[in-house]
Amino acid sequence: MLKLEDLQVTMDSGTLRADMALVPGRRVALVGPSGAGKSTLLDAIAGFREVAGGRVTWQGRDLTHVPPQARPVSILFQDSNLFPHLRLERNLGLALHPDGRRPDAEARARIEGALRRVGLDGMAGRKPGTLSGGQQGRAALARVLLMARPVILLDEPFAALGPALKREMLDLVREVADSLAALVVMVTHDPRDAEGFAHEVVLVAEGKAQAPVAVDAFFADPPRAFRDYVGVAG
Amino acid sequence: MKSLAFTVAAGCLSAGLALAETPVLTVYAPDYFVSEWGPGPRIEELFEARCDCDLQFKPGDLLPRILLEGDRTEADVVIGLNTDVTKKARESGLFAEHGVDLSPLTLPIDWTDEVFLPFNYGHTAFVYDSTRVDAPPASFDALLEAPDDLRLVIQDPRTSISGLALVLWVQSVYGDEAQAAWEKLAPKIVTVTKGWSESYGLFTDGEADMVLSYTTSPAYHIIAEEDETKKAAIFPEGHYFMVELAARLATSDQPELSGAFMEFILSEDFQGMIATGNWSIPAALDRDKWPDGFQKLDLPENVLFYSEDEAAALRGEAIEAWRRALSQ
Amino acid sequence: MAPRALAIAAALALAVLTLGPVGVVLARAGGFGAFGPGDWQALRFTLWQAFLSATFSVVLAVPVAKALARRRFAGRGVLVTLLGAPFILPVIVAVMGLIAVFGQAGLVNRLLGALGGPNLDIYGLHGVVLAHVFFNLPLAVRMLFSAWAAVPAEHFRLSASLGLSPRAQWRVIDAPLILRVLPGAFTVIFVICLTSFAVALTLGGGPRATTVELAIYQAMRFDFDLGRAAALAVMQLVLALAAGLVALRVAGQAGFGAGRDRILPRWDGQGGLARGWDGMWIVAAALFLLVPLAAVVLRGLPGLLLITPDTLRAAGHSLMVALGSTALCMAWALPLATRRGEFLALPAIAISPLVLGTGLFLILRNFVNPFDMALPVTGLVNALMALPFALRILRPEAEAVTRDYGRLRASLRMTSLAWLRLVWLPRLRRPMGFAAGLTAALAMGDLGVIALFADPDRATLPLQVYRLMGSYQMEAAAGAALLLLCTSLGLFWLFDRGGRLGAEA
Repeated sequence: MLKLEDLQVTMDSGTLRADMALVPGRRVALVGPSGAGKSTLLDAIAGFREVAGGRVTWQGRDLTHVPPQARPVSILFQDSNLFPHLRLERNLGLALHPDGRRPDAEARARIEGALRRVGLDGMAGRKPGTLSGGQQGRAALARVLLMARPVILLDEPFAALGPALKREMLDLVREVADSLAALVVMVTHDPRDAEGFAHEVVLVAEGKAQAPVAVDAFFADPPRAFRDYVGVAG
Repeated sequence: MKSLAFTVAAGCLSAGLALAETPVLTVYAPDYFVSEWGPGPRIEELFEARCDCDLQFKPGDLLPRILLEGDRTEADVVIGLNTDVTKKARESGLFAEHGVDLSPLTLPIDWTDEVFLPFNYGHTAFVYDSTRVDAPPASFDALLEAPDDLRLVIQDPRTSISGLALVLWVQSVYGDEAQAAWEKLAPKIVTVTKGWSESYGLFTDGEADMVLSYTTSPAYHIIAEEDETKKAAIFPEGHYFMVELAARLATSDQPELSGAFMEFILSEDFQGMIATGNWSIPAALDRDKWPDGFQKLDLPENVLFYSEDEAAALRGEAIEAWRRALSQ
Repeated sequence: MAPRALAIAAALALAVLTLGPVGVVLARAGGFGAFGPGDWQALRFTLWQAFLSATFSVVLAVPVAKALARRRFAGRGVLVTLLGAPFILPVIVAVMGLIAVFGQAGLVNRLLGALGGPNLDIYGLHGVVLAHVFFNLPLAVRMLFSAWAAVPAEHFRLSASLGLSPRAQWRVIDAPLILRVLPGAFTVIFVICLTSFAVALTLGGGPRATTVELAIYQAMRFDFDLGRAAALAVMQLVLALAAGLVALRVAGQAGFGAGRDRILPRWDGQGGLARGWDGMWIVAAALFLLVPLAAVVLRGLPGLLLITPDTLRAAGHSLMVALGSTALCMAWALPLATRRGEFLALPAIAISPLVLGTGLFLILRNFVNPFDMALPVTGLVNALMALPFALRILRPEAEAVTRDYGRLRASLRMTSLAWLRLVWLPRLRRPMGFAAGLTAALAMGDLGVIALFADPDRATLPLQVYRLMGSYQMEAAAGAALLLLCTSLGLFWLFDRGGRLGAEA
């Protein structure tokens, strides 16, 4: 279980509170208006942001003051997920060997395998700049696969892709997460992403992250804050 | 036969020893000394031919460096000092008597100093290009009264020996009126440079009509360039005497070698070379033995010079007079 | 980001090397000496000329940089590179060039004379300022120019689609950018001009133009008054630090720009008047900066035939020193490429080379023969002097790399070494090339502390130029100066180019 126990995170616009338990293997969507603190919450889980109070635990282990690199978490950011000057092989190799050594034959085979899984067969020698946006997303996912951590955080990495491409990527995330039996926490602006992808929805609004609600129940009877924001946004 | 063999063996042995431990004479010298155009290489060659030793020049600052090093200096001899530092140098107690007989000196002034030994001299003078200046001032007074479009370049007395010699020159000619003299000179002074090289460069580039230099400067142009158009303006008021000196360090671990070097300085070998080696007048050589170009030089009849105590007493005042007049 | 220990070691070495020598000189002198009669006047003049030089440099840089940023023409890239040359020019060479153009017998006066115009006199405060603008205008232009090049293309598109008037665009885009960059440029140039010595004296025309650095020289070399020299050096240091603090506060963002020379499509300034205006500034700047360079080249050409093995050997030494300084400076700069590191490095711009040299001499002779250390010490001091510039170039880019990829690094659990090798160095290649080029060129032309440590067999090229001049060899000196100019520019070009090649993402 990933538990956020009475967590408080300071933001520019006030404090964000969260108290919830997320189950391994589930896919959770964070929705809510811009600036409500969706990415902030993700950063707090990943360890990029000091928390003002409360605890973060994973399987009973307290992560609250554990530095980001020691958390059982892989994260995809909105951008800069790949080093633009390194070939895919070196980029992905970092997931296997954080000391940056050149991948050996076994590592190369695993990298090739991961790339095949995401449909980038034979592209290990390419640099990110020569790939399309969708291909870059796939490459980053291939790395998540290699990192094989039990929690995957997605900070809108596919926001810039078109709807069809985005759906494809989310399907791929689902595959990757299933194969790792990982918990996925995804920030999204688009309620349709949540509907098609998530098991549960967490509404982040008005300084609070609500407890997760099953996706069907959420959309059958959306909370007022969600209706307001969709109404305004739409 | 046996004795011959012994002699040869002994000779080889001593030669081998000499090779293994060739004594080193360390000489501090001004920076320009050691370039292939300076006198250093010839001094080294001539002295090593007679001393069976290794003469090593260490160019750069002379007295500042020795004062910083104190009695731990590795210098055995220093060559190229000027009279402006002899007082300070003497008071440091770091220098020993040179022990050389001064009677061969041919300086225009009396020299009895037992520590600092002259090796060449010249006089401050304004040098001009006779193709550009038709009527050079015939006296210091005439220079002061010359029209303001006569362009002079001089050196800063706070950073340059020749610059300091100039303010002492003005001081000795004009005394209490020195500042007034500087005020007359000021409009003609194009600029003041840090050292002699920059000034002379400006002069040869045509930036100035006259440059503060030495009476011996034209000799360079006569001998090296066969150019007789550069001349020193000779003033009846007299010219300030500038002498270059050598001295031995009391702390030297080669007292015999450094003594030999002192003797060498007044030798005919050295004196015959130094004129064209350092473009200066030899300190101990009769005029008829000077190179032709030097014999052609116009030299002042009246030579001005302050003893080191007088110079030390006047120096601050003389520089201030210069600074005040030129800062207006 | 290098491990903390490395950063601390680099910072300590920096502090010891900047403050240590002053302390040693002070200890040797037995305390501060009193200022001499002209020292306060020297201080006033120093501040005033530095203020004027910095003001003119930054004000003139605005139209030049704006014109270069928005015009395209054949040879633009070459021009931008060449316009940077005066900043890295050895002082001795630059003064020769300036006098050949603006001097009594210079080009300008010959032209004026032919036209029956008045005679122009370069010597005086205006000459000092002219020379300092010549040196530093390129720096200010480069800082502004790269800020303009970094404006997102969308801003200009938006401005075009809104149909903003030139005045409105000036208010919305240009003015804020200038206000952001200029204070930093002003301060850097101000601090550089604080330590001016040879330029100020030669072109200043007399004791009116006495600077603090000259007073230090006098105290040190002529009066042997170490106490007064130390007092003056500390005063100079305090001035520079105060100015530097202001600069860091008001202008954290303005880098020198690693020459990201991209041309944005622009829609403004298409009218004939604007074109004429920009053209005028580009031509004026090119003439002002390049004609003196050309004069150095022309004067030096006959002297090239007089280049002797001595001079070539000196060039070899200078090259070695320059490369050593560059390697050292880069190794030093990387762990210090932070705000704090940049602050620590500030004194290095303003420390008196004379005091630094004397202090090092006093320290070193306890352990080794200083003469054996001539070249290493010169290399060390040059690396130190170039460090503030290298950091100004590297810091913004280094911080950007950390900002862009720091979280990814943590998420990937990359080791420090992997980060350094795979991300940090490759991403900083371009600014490092620029910084290394600058360091090498500055080290090549610097006379530095060699006077105290000189060794007959290890002269550097600038020293050789002085030696030749000191022996009436003016033509050979001009040839050696040209050689110096070529090697300085060549080194800069090689490093800068090397940094750009393959640096694209």
